Order: sequence, then C-alpha cells, then structure tokens
Amino acid sequence: MSYFFEFSRIQSASPAQPADRARRAFVGASGAMLSATAVALLAGCEPLAAAQKGSSESDISVLNTALSAEHEGIAAYQVGAESGLLSQGALKVALQFQGHHKAHADLLAKTIAKLGGVAGAPKAKYAFPVEQLKSEADVLRFAAGLEKGAVSAYLGAVPVFGNRDLAKAAASILGDEAMHWAVLRQVLGEDPVPAAFVA
Amino acid sequence: MKASAWGPVVALLLLPVVCAQAAGDPKKGEEIYSRCIACHALAYDRTGPHHCGLIGRKAGSVPGFAYSPAMKRSGIVWTESTLDRFLANPMKMVPGTAMGYAGIADRQERADLIAYLERAAASPDLCPAGR
Repeated sequence: MSYFFEFSRIQSASPAQPADRARRAFVGASGAMLSATAVALLAGCEPLAAAQKGSSESDISVLNTALSAEHEGIAAYQVGAESGLLSQGALKVALQFQGHHKAHADLLAKTIAKLGGVAGAPKAKYAFPVEQLKSEADVLRFAAGLEKGAVSAYLGAVPVFGNRDLAKAAASILGDEAMHWAVLRQVLGEDPVPAAFVA
Repeated sequence: MKASAWGPVVALLLLPVVCAQAAGDPKKGEEIYSRCIACHALAYDRTGPHHCGLIGRKAGSVPGFAYSPAMKRSGIVWTESTLDRFLANPMKMVPGTAMGYAGIADRQERADLIAYLERAAASPDLCPAGR
C-alpha cells in the first residue's frame, strides 16, 4: 500500500483544515477542556489570571522548553515539506501536523507572556540529519521519532507544573502529539498503538 | 552487644550493596533514549545539549549552548552517579534547570539509559570524533 493511498484514507476520514481554522479549533477545543487560569490566560483576561494561583518561574521555564521543542518541530516539518521526498498526500498531512505545532507554539508563547515571562524565539538555524533522509519513509520515520519524543517530553512536563491548569494544557498537547505519532506509525506500516501506556 | 544493636551495623555493611549502581543494558537504554529525542540528540545541540561525551563533562560546559544559569553554576561533573541522580529528578537536583521533566523513576531504566549513552559515546558512527 502506497503512503499516498494510506494518507488519502486518513485525509478522507479526517479532512484537513486550513491552518487558521485548525488553530481556532485547537484553541476552541482547549478552551472547552481547560479552566480557571488557563482559560483566563488564553482569553486574554490578565487580571483574572493574576488573581488565580500564581505560576512560578519554574512553570515559565518549562513552558519555554516546550516552546523551543515546538519551534524545532515546526522547522523539522518544513524540512520534510521542502525535501521533495513526500508524495502529495504525505505532504498535506505533514503540513497539517506542522500547523498543529504552530498552534501549540502560539499558545505556549502567549501563555508565557501572560505569565510575565519572555517567550523564546525560534533559532535561526536547526541541525537536522538531512543526509539520512533519502526517501519518504525516512522523512516519516524521522517525524515519528520527534513526535514520540514530544509525547515523552510532555508526559515528563505535566507533573512538574506548579499550576494544574498548565499541566492540563500540556496534557492536551500531549494527546495531539500522540495522535501524530500513531498516524505516522500507521503509515509506516508499524503498529500505530504499540502499547497500553506511553513513557 | 544485644542482637538488636547489630541492626545499624548490618545496615551500614549492606549500604554499598544497596547503593551500588544497577548494571545497565545499552540495548534497552537505546529504546529509553527515544524519550529524550524531542529535545536532545547524541551528536548535535537541539533544545538540549548534545550527549556525545557527556560522561566526564562538566555540566553547562558545551560551548555555544545556552544553558540555564542554574545548570551553569551547578558545579556538577557528569558521572554515572551524578547522571543517575539527575535523571531521577532533574528539577530537584538542579532547581531552575531548563529541563522541565519529572525524571525517570525506575532505577533500572536509568541504568540502561546511562549504559546506552556510554556505549554511544564509544561509537565513532554515533559520536564522531570531536562530539
């Protein structure tokens, strides 16, 4: 089964959204799930957010680390998209996933700012093992590895937030990364959900 | 000496056994390392610094990498022992570290991961000279 066919099936099952619509959907969905401080922060209600339990410098630091990883994920998908190795269907999904990472980064940056921190900017240049990317499968496997790493990173971040609303927001992003990872594994012909738990 | 008085002595004698580093399996450690790759790579810097040459390196010393002030001033030298403690709870060992990660609670998993990092460091394919 070609990657294109496999991706086409995924696409028809879950139509791609334009980036801004996806972002609105993400923020909207997050808003439906989050509460208190996080919703106040996302809605731009700084006084309300300030009245909630304060977030520590540690929370800002954790958010900035996550933001840095999201920036790199966006850049990685850009490398994949510009590689010329992706079929039309794979490219469409890669750009959709990149859009999700942009939404995550946007949300993280705004939250950092509203907590009084300074959001880190993307690096001017990222080091990727481009010499190892020779086929569509290589690109997808590379992306799958990053997504799996992102799942683990968010899993490790959720318990360390002092603010439970931020932990909930991170868990929401974790779920999205896990879906990316599962889709990529499926397309690569691997078991999309290899275990009952992630680590 | 009463029998009960031997308790602390026995405990002290057993301490080195209890605290001894678990033997790590690098093959299992490679799988565990996949948890790190959102932020790290062996041979190049990413959100976190590269891991080639980690054992024996002073914390916060990779040239050009933007460490947290806490890591830079930690004074840690990475050994199996210090790495084991850090991996168990990074934010407890180095409060203020940018590595916002709860840690790896399982002692054996930490040993496996450290064993993998040591094996990778010795591999010219994974860790070319100078990394």
